Amino acid sequence: MAILLNRSTRVIVQGFTGKIGSFHADDMKRYGTKLVGGVTPGKGGQTHLGLPVFNTVKGAVRETRAEASIVFVPPPFAADSIMEAADAGIKLCVCITDGIPSQDMMQVKRYMRRYRFEDRMRLVGPNCAGVITPGQALMGIMPGSIYLPGRVGIVGRSGTLGYEAASQMKALGIGVSTSVGIGGDPINGSSFKDILQLFERDDDTDAVVMIGEIGGPQEAEAAIWARDNMRKPLIAYIAGLSAPKGRRMGHAGAIISAFGESAQEKVEILKEAGVVIVPTPASFGEVVADTLARTKKAA
Amino acid sequence: MDIHEYQAKELLARHGVHVPRGGLAYSPEQATYRAREIGGSKWVLKAQVHSGARGKAGGIKLCSNDEEISNAAEAMLGRKLVTHQTGPRGKLISRLYLEEAVDIAQELYLGFVLDRKEERVMIVASAAGGMEIEDISEKQPDSIIRATVDPGVGMQGFQAREIAFGLGLESNLIGKATETILGCYQVFRDYDASMLEINPLVVTRDGSLVALDAKMSFDENALFRRPEISELRDKSQEDPRETFASDRGLSYVGLDGNIGCIINGAGLAMATMDMIKIAGGEPANFLDIGGGASPERVAKSFRAVLGDKNVEAILVNIFAGINRCDWVAEGVIKAIREVGVDVPLVVRLSGTKVEEGRKILADSGEKVIVADTLAEAAEKAVAAWREATKNKKAA
Repeated sequence: MAILLNRSTRVIVQGFTGKIGSFHADDMKRYGTKLVGGVTPGKGGQTHLGLPVFNTVKGAVRETRAEASIVFVPPPFAADSIMEAADAGIKLCVCITDGIPSQDMMQVKRYMRRYRFEDRMRLVGPNCAGVITPGQALMGIMPGSIYLPGRVGIVGRSGTLGYEAASQMKALGIGVSTSVGIGGDPINGSSFKDILQLFERDDDTDAVVMIGEIGGPQEAEAAIWARDNMRKPLIAYIAGLSAPKGRRMGHAGAIISAFGESAQEKVEILKEAGVVIVPTPASFGEVVADTLARTKKAA
Repeated sequence: MDIHEYQAKELLARHGVHVPRGGLAYSPEQATYRAREIGGSKWVLKAQVHSGARGKAGGIKLCSNDEEISNAAEAMLGRKLVTHQTGPRGKLISRLYLEEAVDIAQELYLGFVLDRKEERVMIVASAAGGMEIEDISEKQPDSIIRATVDPGVGMQGFQAREIAFGLGLESNLIGKATETILGCYQVFRDYDASMLEINPLVVTRDGSLVALDAKMSFDENALFRRPEISELRDKSQEDPRETFASDRGLSYVGLDGNIGCIINGAGLAMATMDMIKIAGGEPANFLDIGGGASPERVAKSFRAVLGDKNVEAILVNIFAGINRCDWVAEGVIKAIREVGVDVPLVVRLSGTKVEEGRKILADSGEKVIVADTLAEAAEKAVAAWREATKNKKAA
């Protein structure tokens, strides 16, 4: 069933009636996502896009049995919305919002730890493109048409670079089991390692493409985990070869501030851990195709 | 966002951190006047620029009379200070800070950062102050003390005490050090800082603990709720290309190459710059136009990129998800007609409404080099840039 999301996942939208929330809710519905309602405080009882609106996430969960929530709430209020979802018993929360203060995210991560691991909500993002299981459901802002359903998992920080990878793969007839955007912020809900663990266990995924970038320790952490635990091939690209030290490249987290955070250093660490490297952003397609062919031959 | 040393010291002083007496000066006359206000017989004149390592670059001078102060101020003001942190362009000195000189017995290092592994605020301290933290961790790694703060309850007194004792301070200084460390944490948390560094924090010969320098940066995502910090922004310390872009809501970073970049998405922007480099060129900038870009926004991006006189070719790479290729194409044509683009222009469109976008470019009759893939776009941009520079040299 791929990971995180499938056609029967019951999804609500937080920030449902806003311009951005409405636009993407409509898009997700048309893609086939089982959208069951939305939340906008103060607009409970109304109907929007043919679906019920609730004042609180708890109310929405009670009435719709929603398991997943996607957050389009503006940055000053987004952390609050994520915590509300966690408290209402949502299992998967995808936060698209870009611009949440780091200290708010620290609070969110701390808050989520009040729940036992088995009961804890999984947060993806913030500042991400979301999750798509091609051919089944979309919880995000990506153009659904560029993904072919298939058996390769994608996990990346960047939205558009993920599109680039998926479309290069599609051009060679290679499909995607699930694509997960973990977002470009310094503190995020799910790390590369968290998502790799899910792909490794998933029967519908044969190989994984990891799209990292400069800044932070998560790519290296994932590579070490993969070296010791992963049996499926891991293929990776790290963006930011030409990024100077100490300059923030768009994403709040894309900044080289410590040893091991440059693209060159990360590539070295990944190579040493046995990860297949995509040498240029134009060669996602061929490297994935080669890797799949080699794995098939070996098996 | 960075602030000046004197601004950081003002914030810290309000939270129980001791700083030397000092005053701001915009002219040599003001600097000598400040010396009289402060009193004493030795002062330190410090250039206020957003950079560390100012001493080595001539931005810090010890003075013992009016003439020395005046001469040092004269020499610094209006000059660009170049350090390894500012890059070769340097940063303009337009403000000076005059401080009483302090009799130093010991130099310590105290820093607060956002630790991305722990996802918490981390305190880093060392008894080997005065050096940069990179050098301390290389030369005296054992001297470094670390502690992280639980965001649920904030920093606790025992944590500050542990650090104070760990620094090997005399028992009469432990109270002051604890107060200083907790005060710094308070400032870091209450103002949404992303970095706070006191280097050195000094023990003086008369037994007090003083922040001799202070550097602070703030989380830009939190500025909406910190108007008092936003006010401290000093645009003269920024790359003018970046100020122009950020005032127009564009995410732009100026670099030293010749190929201007207009891209959507930070990751794709970095990847496209990498591709330019692999193809043998150098990117002039990072620029993310963001999602839902209107033709006007695209045209603004062209203005930002062309504001850099080193730009000799432009590459537009759009993979439209929320964006629309037809809008981007309209923006490109608008820019050519209204802004005037006198360098070769390569455009690669992909995703939502790509056919409409390509048609707009083709029907416009304007000179646009079209590319289908990322590799082709980078190669064509580098080739066009080579051609253009060759023609320029010939002419």
